Amino acid sequence: MKKYRKEPQENVAFYNNPEKRAIIYQILALAAIFIFTYFILNNMFTNIEKRGINTGFDFLSSEAGFGILQSLIEYDESNSHGKVFIVGLLNTLLVSAIGIFFASIIGLLIGIGRLSKNFMVSKLCMIYVETFRNIPILLQILFWYNVVLASLPNPRQSFSYFDSIFLNNRGLYIPKPILESGFIAVIIAFILGLIACAYLVKWAKTKHDETGEEFPVVWTSLAILIVAPTLVFFVSGTPATLEYAELKGFNFKGGWTLIPELLALAFALSIYTATYIAEAVRAGIEAVPKGQKEAAHALGLKDHIILKKVVLPQALRVIIPPVINQYLNLTKNSSLATAIGYPELVTIFAGTSLNQVGQAIEIILMTMAVYLTISIVISLIMNYANEKMKIKER
Amino acid sequence: MKLFKTATLSLAALAMTATVSMADTLDDTKKKGYLSCGLNTGLAGFAAPDTDGVWKGIDVDFCKAVSAAVLGDASKVKYAHLNAKERFTALQSGEIDVLARNTTWTATRDTSLGLNFIGANYYDGQGFLVSKKLGVKSAKELDGAAFCIQAGTTTELNLTDYFKANKMEYTPVTYDTAAQVIEGFKAGRCDVVTSDASQLYALRTQLKDPSSAFVLPEIISKEPLGPVVRQGDDKWFNIVRWTHIAMLNAEELGVNSQNVDQMLNSSNPSIQRLLGVSGKIGEQMGLDAKWAYNIIKQVGNYGEVFERNVGKGSPLQIDRGLNKLWKDGGLQYGAPIR
Repeated sequence: MKKYRKEPQENVAFYNNPEKRAIIYQILALAAIFIFTYFILNNMFTNIEKRGINTGFDFLSSEAGFGILQSLIEYDESNSHGKVFIVGLLNTLLVSAIGIFFASIIGLLIGIGRLSKNFMVSKLCMIYVETFRNIPILLQILFWYNVVLASLPNPRQSFSYFDSIFLNNRGLYIPKPILESGFIAVIIAFILGLIACAYLVKWAKTKHDETGEEFPVVWTSLAILIVAPTLVFFVSGTPATLEYAELKGFNFKGGWTLIPELLALAFALSIYTATYIAEAVRAGIEAVPKGQKEAAHALGLKDHIILKKVVLPQALRVIIPPVINQYLNLTKNSSLATAIGYPELVTIFAGTSLNQVGQAIEIILMTMAVYLTISIVISLIMNYANEKMKIKER
Repeated sequence: MKLFKTATLSLAALAMTATVSMADTLDDTKKKGYLSCGLNTGLAGFAAPDTDGVWKGIDVDFCKAVSAAVLGDASKVKYAHLNAKERFTALQSGEIDVLARNTTWTATRDTSLGLNFIGANYYDGQGFLVSKKLGVKSAKELDGAAFCIQAGTTTELNLTDYFKANKMEYTPVTYDTAAQVIEGFKAGRCDVVTSDASQLYALRTQLKDPSSAFVLPEIISKEPLGPVVRQGDDKWFNIVRWTHIAMLNAEELGVNSQNVDQMLNSSNPSIQRLLGVSGKIGEQMGLDAKWAYNIIKQVGNYGEVFERNVGKGSPLQIDRGLNKLWKDGGLQYGAPIR
């Protein structure tokens, strides 16, 4: 048998011993990194102190004093910079969630569309991908924002639908449901519906395993989830009212408002990210060996069943890792909102708050920590999904 | 062994870089041969490119004046164009040596940011720009209106105070730059633009039809705008402060860019001290004796700078108002040079 490594010889100096040398170098490298970091930080703090710049996180509890266009939680100008942080964080999460949701749907459809046998469909999808993938996202955000603003009328000449939905250059106004105490029954009905659906899925699987018959689980579940709460809602005497937006003074008041900044940003992010997801989907589907489809055809399965039951499950293994990256990119790209004034984390916390209190180091560190955390969480979730999708070898 | 050496050497190099101490801005500026000066990203009258792409304005002229005083040449300035959010970090981190960017002098900024304001070279106040179509005559009628504002400014905070004091509500639409603010106003995203009055007049000139909008009579805040330097370098602070004061004294003494050469022969002792004919003011600051002469010759006195950029000689046509010299009833007061 061949030996790969020589036995250490007694008379060789320790630094000529490859194993010891490797360890020494690694310790040295680590020490260098530590010393470097220490000196940089030390230098920074010394200079900060010399210049009399405030440090620490006390600013988080001081009054912010500025208004924010949109907040998911109660916020007013007398709240603290800490609250501004939360408001910005929630707005970031909101636009990212909306963007991820629509980008996934559009991406999936376009990706499948690109492989369509229909010439028109596949070419249109290709044009879509090549157009939106090759224009910088910042330009697209600005473009959609300006298009949205330019094409919408002022509040007094709003487009109105059914006298309850209004669209103008201040946003999309929709009625806001005001829940009364009796609404709890509706929520209970919905939860019961969910439990029923879980049983239904189990039952359908057993039935499928035993008889091979397919039961329309998705449609039935949807029906249960919609019909049951609706019935309860009317039986218990409609325990919710709608608050409509009304034109008062300069603008509409009441109801829910979707501001144009959110619409434009979510739209641009979805459209842009969807192109990458579409390409990932296409790559995933093309990676499934042809034989799989042919075998499924030979069994007499229909095209959409083949896609759903044979192709996509195998393709997902290829699709998920690049899609994780796109979700992360979308979240990070949401910080480009600064260009159009959508009040997310970077705009209001790393922007306005930073300028009001001037503590760049603390604020930038906090902001970076947020993006790092979001990225890690998305990665963990998607890695879990990836693990689930792996081929299970039995 | 080579690797060993490299490792030790790089460690030593790291240790060296860590001992960089705080710099002497005057020495540094002389050494590098130019002044780094922070300006607005584009605000007519204060810092904006003209049709030939040359940056002009009160703030640009102030940068030039400091450069003339320190380096004897007004053209040796490297401009950094900063938005409201970037300006203080740029100064704190040493990217620029002087911030001349219509910045309001406030207690918080002066005390907690490691910065020093040298004084006010433009006394301003916050106002409201509205479209005539809106039919509003006073700021008190603006309850519920949407406001386009530039992020990270004192404007944002004053607006809150004003609306709270008057028990009114407003919707803030906050943008990064003044250009975005006026675009938002043009597109109808907001009803009102609020900012320093001088800025409103500048922004108004960018409308398709400037006469379609006007500035409401209410001025809701004091906005003393002035250049800023880093804290902890007193020598530099003095130079920048006295650059401003020298320009005020020049106007008061009737010395301007046209007559400064004749004035060198003036028998007025104040003019002699200002122009370095007598006294040692320049040397005491570590500058050339002709520091003020260079400022006036190459840039002009305060009045010239004002009229040329925002006053009667400019499209903005702003009245000098509070910015008149003290002896004409204004607030600009140059401490004596002696």
